[in-house]
This record gives sequence, C-alpha cells and structure tokens, in this order.
Amino acid sequence: MLDDFLTRAALAATGLSLATGPLGSFVVWRRMAYFGDATAHAAILGVALALATDLPIGLGTLVVALAMAVTVAALSSRGWAMDTTLGVLAHSALAFGLVAVSFFPTVRTDLSAWLFGDILAVSRTDLAVIWGGALLVLALLAWRWQALLTATLSEDLAHAAGIRPDRERLVLVIALALVVALALKIVGALLIAAMLIIPAAAARALARTPEAMALGAVVIGMVAGLGGLGLSLWQDTPAGPSIIVVASGLFALTALRQRG
Amino acid sequence: MSLVTASHICVRFGAEEVLHDVSLSLAPGEIVTILGPNGSGKSTLLRALLGIVPVAEGSVTRAPGLRLAYVPQRLMIDRTMPITVRRFLSLPVRTTDTAAAEALARVGMAGREADQMTQLSGGQLQRVLLARALLGQPQVLMLDEPTQGLDQPGEAAFYRLIEEVRHDTGAAILMVSHDLHVVMAASDRVICLNGHICCEGTPRVVSTAPEYRALFGLGTQGALALYRHEHDHDHPADEPHPHHHHHDHHHA
Repeated sequence: MLDDFLTRAALAATGLSLATGPLGSFVVWRRMAYFGDATAHAAILGVALALATDLPIGLGTLVVALAMAVTVAALSSRGWAMDTTLGVLAHSALAFGLVAVSFFPTVRTDLSAWLFGDILAVSRTDLAVIWGGALLVLALLAWRWQALLTATLSEDLAHAAGIRPDRERLVLVIALALVVALALKIVGALLIAAMLIIPAAAARALARTPEAMALGAVVIGMVAGLGGLGLSLWQDTPAGPSIIVVASGLFALTALRQRG
Repeated sequence: MSLVTASHICVRFGAEEVLHDVSLSLAPGEIVTILGPNGSGKSTLLRALLGIVPVAEGSVTRAPGLRLAYVPQRLMIDRTMPITVRRFLSLPVRTTDTAAAEALARVGMAGREADQMTQLSGGQLQRVLLARALLGQPQVLMLDEPTQGLDQPGEAAFYRLIEEVRHDTGAAILMVSHDLHVVMAASDRVICLNGHICCEGTPRVVSTAPEYRALFGLGTQGALALYRHEHDHDHPADEPHPHHHHHDHHHA
C-alpha cells in the first residue's frame, strides 16, 4: 500500500495536520502568525547550512528554525517592536537562505521544492519522520495543555497559579520549530504558516471551546490535505499550494456559515 | 498568625524605584485595601506579593501551603479563542460540574456555564473571575481594582459579594482600589500608598490623616463628607448616589 506515492502523500498530509491543528490554534490565539512566518522562512537557511555541512536536511532545518524561534521569543520578551523585528528577521532569513542555496547548483534547479514543498516525493522514511514528529508535538502540547491555555488567556492568572508563562512560551517555540522542519517537505517554507493559521481560523467559526477548535483544525487540515492532493492530480497543479487553496476555500465556507 | 508578609520590599523597573520600603502583613479573615493615586505602585505591590514582579530588596513570605487566588484588573480574551464559562472555570485546575455550578451560583451567575466568555459584560466577567478564584478555596484572595468599568450599583453589589465571601469562607482579602467611598464601606484596614506607605489604619483613622488628605486633595474630602452623610442616615435604595470624579480611571 505504501508503495503508491499518492498514498504516502495522503498519509503525510494527514499526519502533519495532527500537529498543525492544535499548534496552529495557539498561533492564532497568541497572534503569532508572523512569528510562524519568520521561523518557516529560516528553514531555507537551514537547508543551505545542511547542504554545506553534509548534515541531513531535516536536522539543519530544525536547528536553524529553533534558533530563529528562540531569538524571536527572546526579543519579544524584551519588548522589541515585534512587527518590524519579525519583518526584518523573516525576510532576511529567507533572502540569506536563497542566496546561500544558490551556491549549490544541484539544489538551485530544485529550489521550488523547498519553497513550495514536494509532497508527491515523500519517501517511507519521510513518512515515519513526519508521523513520529507530529505525534511528538501532539504529546508535548497535550502534556502542557492546561498550563498553555491558562498562560495564553492571561500571564498574570498563570503566574498566580504557579505556572511560568515564559516556560510555556518555550514549549510552543520548540513545537513550532519541529513542525516547520516536518512541514518543509509537504507545503514548503513559504506556506508553512498558512498550514498553521488557515485551518485553525476556519475551525474558530465552528467551535465553542479551545479543544473543539483544535480538533476542528485537525479535521479541516486533513480535508484540505486530501482535497489539495485531489486538486493537484486533477488539474496538474503544484500540490503544496493546492492544499492551501483548499484550506482557504474551507475557511471562506465556515466564515460565511458564521455570518449567515 | 500572618498569611502573607512583605518586609521592607523595594521594586525597581530599570532605574525607577516604584515601591520603596513597603511592609505589610495580612491576617486571616481581614479585608485590607491598598489605596493610592494613579502610578502610586498599587498594582505593582499586589503583583510583587503574588510573585509576578520580582522584589529588588526585602522579602515576601507566605504561610506554608497557602492557598492564594487572584482576580486580575481585567481579562482581555482574544476574540479568536472560543471558550465557555464552564471551560474557563477548569483552568488551570480541572473542577467538577457540581463545584463549578456552586461557584457560579455564589456569584450570582447560576446556569451560565455555556455562555461564551467573550460575550459577558464587564460585571459578569468580574463575577466569573471571582467564581474561578473561589473554586480553589483560597485562604487569601487578591483583587486588583475588581470593579473597574462597573456602574455604581454593579460596584456596590460586587463589594457586597466580597463581604459575603469573607463571611462564608473566612478568607483574607487584599484589594487594590482608587475608589474612596468603596474603601470606607468595605475595608477593615486601609493602606495608603504612594511609592511608599503614607499611612495606614482603619478607614476612619486614615481618612483624617494629613498624609492622606495631602495625597488625595480637596475633591476627596468632599466625597468623604458625602459618604459619611449617606451612612449616617438610611436612604432609599433608589436615590441617586453622589459620585466623585475618578481622575485615574484609566489606570494603566
């Protein structure tokens, strides 16, 4: 069954949604959309560094994404003007990454795979990494769930209850870097943040509790993943962007339903 | 026996000293109000006692195993987060349906479990915050300007509720306020703060202290006079109450 590239692609997309659903909900609640962008764009730089040092691409991406995420989190806690800081960091990481990657001719021809993903080329090993990583992120979030929610609602309430908001923020930062490394192959660096935000935003309209929203985001992410693959196959469009197109369509539907 | 004690604490934000040499202690069952103008460090003192803000000098000690609950000045819930009253009451400690229903009934919000937090009015939100605080059966309840944004009847009702809580649970209550007439009605002890403790004592003692008058100026004396007048006689409940102007209503 896993011999079929479409089956592997479908499994990769559903596996990723397990992590992006709940994590994306936190990104929406805490207004970290740009934060996600900066971390994801840094992944391209990670690709370049991995190639230069002969390390596995996944590891390079993870390390650089983590470094970026920790830097941004540290700056934001020192009260920097986050909008500008993130804008500078996100786009320079992307630009540096693109320039650095151009030194490797083999990658240069295949750059769009890193920018927009290459889900149809997911191998069995990739699949194992994606599912393992997604389950790890899910377990991390489930373990810290109550504390994360409290700290997201109010840092003061969290403090008074003996929760350390900075530590909970670090949990999210680590989870975000992990998801970026996982999602690079599937939707590409440019659209990872979309995969986090759009399903969660679509689920918001249908949910009455945080848990329902996170679960809804998982389901919507899975539907978008499968629907995007279908669209890609039917119209011969790039798979990563097609997934986001379907996710946006679902977002529009739920938004309309809420209005109506 | 003291539940929470601050001894000679100083709090600094960078070079600025926000609190200087502040000492206080809280005994079981008493209602203490920290009173002061805008920027006097009231909220900072509360936050230092809670451990949210680090103290540069001095120390804060709590009785071992102390159960402490906090009602923040206001809670801004992002509209992107769907959350019902019931779910909120289970953060961060999960509570049973029965306990949640009891806590809501006590604050006059019975049966509102399914309401969305973002759709509550200011007064309802404060009541839910209080219900959540009570679920932990606190020995100390700290409230930071809990009636900000409420109208006068709502404010009076909220402080009656606080007194009931003290009566029923025996919890010590520490409040921050800039609201003079409320302080006079609801407190056993008033601490008048302006970076340091200017004066403290029973409401009556503090209201006649020269430091207090210097801090709050003439407008306040008018309000106090009106207040005393109100309480010397029994007025019908529907008569409009005199109201002094809050200079610092938009306290940051």
